[in-house]
Amino acid sequence: MKKISLVQLKANQKGKIIEIHAGSGLQNRLLSMGISPGREITKLSQFMLRGPVAIKVGRSIIALGYGMAHKIIVEVE
Amino acid sequence: MNKKIFLIGNPNVGKSVVFSRLTGIEVITSNYPGTTVEFTKGYLKIDEEKLEVIDLPGTYSLEPTSKAEEVAVSLLKECPPDKSIVINIIDATNLERNLFLTLQLIEDGYAVIVCLNMCDDAIHRGIHIDISALEKLLNVPVIPTCAVTGFGIRYLIKRLKEAKPVLKNKVNHYQRWQEIGRIIETVQHLKHRHHTLREILEDVSVRPLSGLIMATIVIYISFKVVRFLGELLIEKIFDPLFFNFYQPLLEKISLALGQKGFWHHLLIGELIEGKIDFRQSLGVLTTAPYIEFAMVLPYLVSFYLILSILEDIGYLPRLAMLLDNLLHRLGLHGFAIIPVLLGFGCNVPGILATRVLESKRERLIATTLISIGVSCVPLQAMIFGLLGSFSGFYTGGVYLVLFSVLVILGLILNRILKGFSPELILEIPPYRLPPFLLLMKKLFFRIKGFLFEAAPIVLLGVFMVNILLYFNLFEILIDIFAPVIKGLFGLPKEAIIPLAIGFLRKDVAVGMLMPLGLSPKQLFIAATLLAMSFPCIASFLIIFKELGLRDLLKATLIMLLTSTIVGTIVNFVILR
Repeated sequence: MKKISLVQLKANQKGKIIEIHAGSGLQNRLLSMGISPGREITKLSQFMLRGPVAIKVGRSIIALGYGMAHKIIVEVE
Repeated sequence: MNKKIFLIGNPNVGKSVVFSRLTGIEVITSNYPGTTVEFTKGYLKIDEEKLEVIDLPGTYSLEPTSKAEEVAVSLLKECPPDKSIVINIIDATNLERNLFLTLQLIEDGYAVIVCLNMCDDAIHRGIHIDISALEKLLNVPVIPTCAVTGFGIRYLIKRLKEAKPVLKNKVNHYQRWQEIGRIIETVQHLKHRHHTLREILEDVSVRPLSGLIMATIVIYISFKVVRFLGELLIEKIFDPLFFNFYQPLLEKISLALGQKGFWHHLLIGELIEGKIDFRQSLGVLTTAPYIEFAMVLPYLVSFYLILSILEDIGYLPRLAMLLDNLLHRLGLHGFAIIPVLLGFGCNVPGILATRVLESKRERLIATTLISIGVSCVPLQAMIFGLLGSFSGFYTGGVYLVLFSVLVILGLILNRILKGFSPELILEIPPYRLPPFLLLMKKLFFRIKGFLFEAAPIVLLGVFMVNILLYFNLFEILIDIFAPVIKGLFGLPKEAIIPLAIGFLRKDVAVGMLMPLGLSPKQLFIAATLLAMSFPCIASFLIIFKELGLRDLLKATLIMLLTSTIVGTIVNFVILR
């Protein structure tokens, strides 16, 4: 088990969210979209030069800015 | 008091389509989150009882994070729960995420009825939902629908009365997700299938390299098609109508008016070499309708057709993701591309759409950049009409100057304005094939909006200008601004009239440049100035309404400064 941020996760790799380092406003916003600790996610892609990250949570695809992806910590096998 | 019906749900679940089905009122719908940024009201009649129906902007939760979500939540909270029925529209292909808001609504004591929309799409994707089990677990009515075809809407209306508040403990977000997990396990069954072509295309567009290639192809084709269709409409329909049918009629009127005098000047305008020239005569009956119908309308139709197709397929959020990086440097994030694209049709809906952006700072930047660097179709059509006969260098040049100004100004604004640009959080919707009828309705709706709002202003504008010209009332203005216009921009001093008219409507203003006999360089400068300086009156009012007086003044100041600087630079440095 390794703890890395969403940015470090590779494309097509799966991970489980364990922590979100953000204020309560952002936490709630992510939560309401289904991004919460305990959820399994798959990273779909990462755009170059600190571009956004696309992840799949449940059945939705969500694009997150680089800075935000950096704050989301996932656990991988 | 009659009860109010609220339509609420996550972004992009089809609330507005359900609204149209319930009330018969046409509203713009698309396939991206945040199409509805204002609320729309309508009425639904059930057994002689008239109920008010309110279509709210989409929201993920009852804690708003943008202006559009704020509108939704505050409107809902204004009305006491016992006076309202909440139709919670949820996307069957994405039940899990949608249930978050559903549970919040139920916990807050609203009379909720769940409209499980896009059921047909769920079946295609191999998702089976046990409706009666879901109904039992939520303890509120659940009605499967497909709003695009109208399936289930009647049943929804029939069961509206069953919506009642149910007793439910409030829980925190974490507990709510756990509850959703339990519900999903019971009611949703997924069939495993092979990837379809659609899913492969969906995948391709969110990956960097393939996404970029796809975007280039999509944008290139869109431009080509818009131009081709616009030209086709002009050549085959509008020009023949004007020249073969309308002109002979006008020539008769002109003769009847004696070819001169006040009324002739007002209605027909000046005769060019003894004949009516639609482009130059500048009369209320000649140039005004020609500009609107034969020069602007065809391109507007083709632009909105292509934009609507891209919107409904669900391509735009993918473009937003691709451009996130670039837009971040301008103080915005990727989603700002949607207001910008809408702004190319008309700045007003573009500025309104900035409501999806989170902060006031972003909205100020986006609004200023749209008003300066994004030319609406009417303006673009006229620039093409004006400069199209010269080398492509000039039309291309206008776009290049505007784009550079947009980027440079964005970079500067991002530096000097306090605060920082928020990060992108955007749901990427699945691709959907737009139903043809819905697409046509939307196109019709947008064109109708243009005709009713723009055409009267154009006629009024030409009317006013003609009166002012007839009585030589522009002289004062011409004298005051002559040093700037002649000295800095190298234009004849009369050019102040079209530049001033640009405040009313840009297309009329460009139309007024035509009779001045300017050189290509002068036309280039005048067109660029018109595109960048003051927005037209409609955009001006919407900026005031959306951002308030202070930001309007800020934006105006930036516009005046930028256009003066750029006009001078183009005159003295670039086109020396």
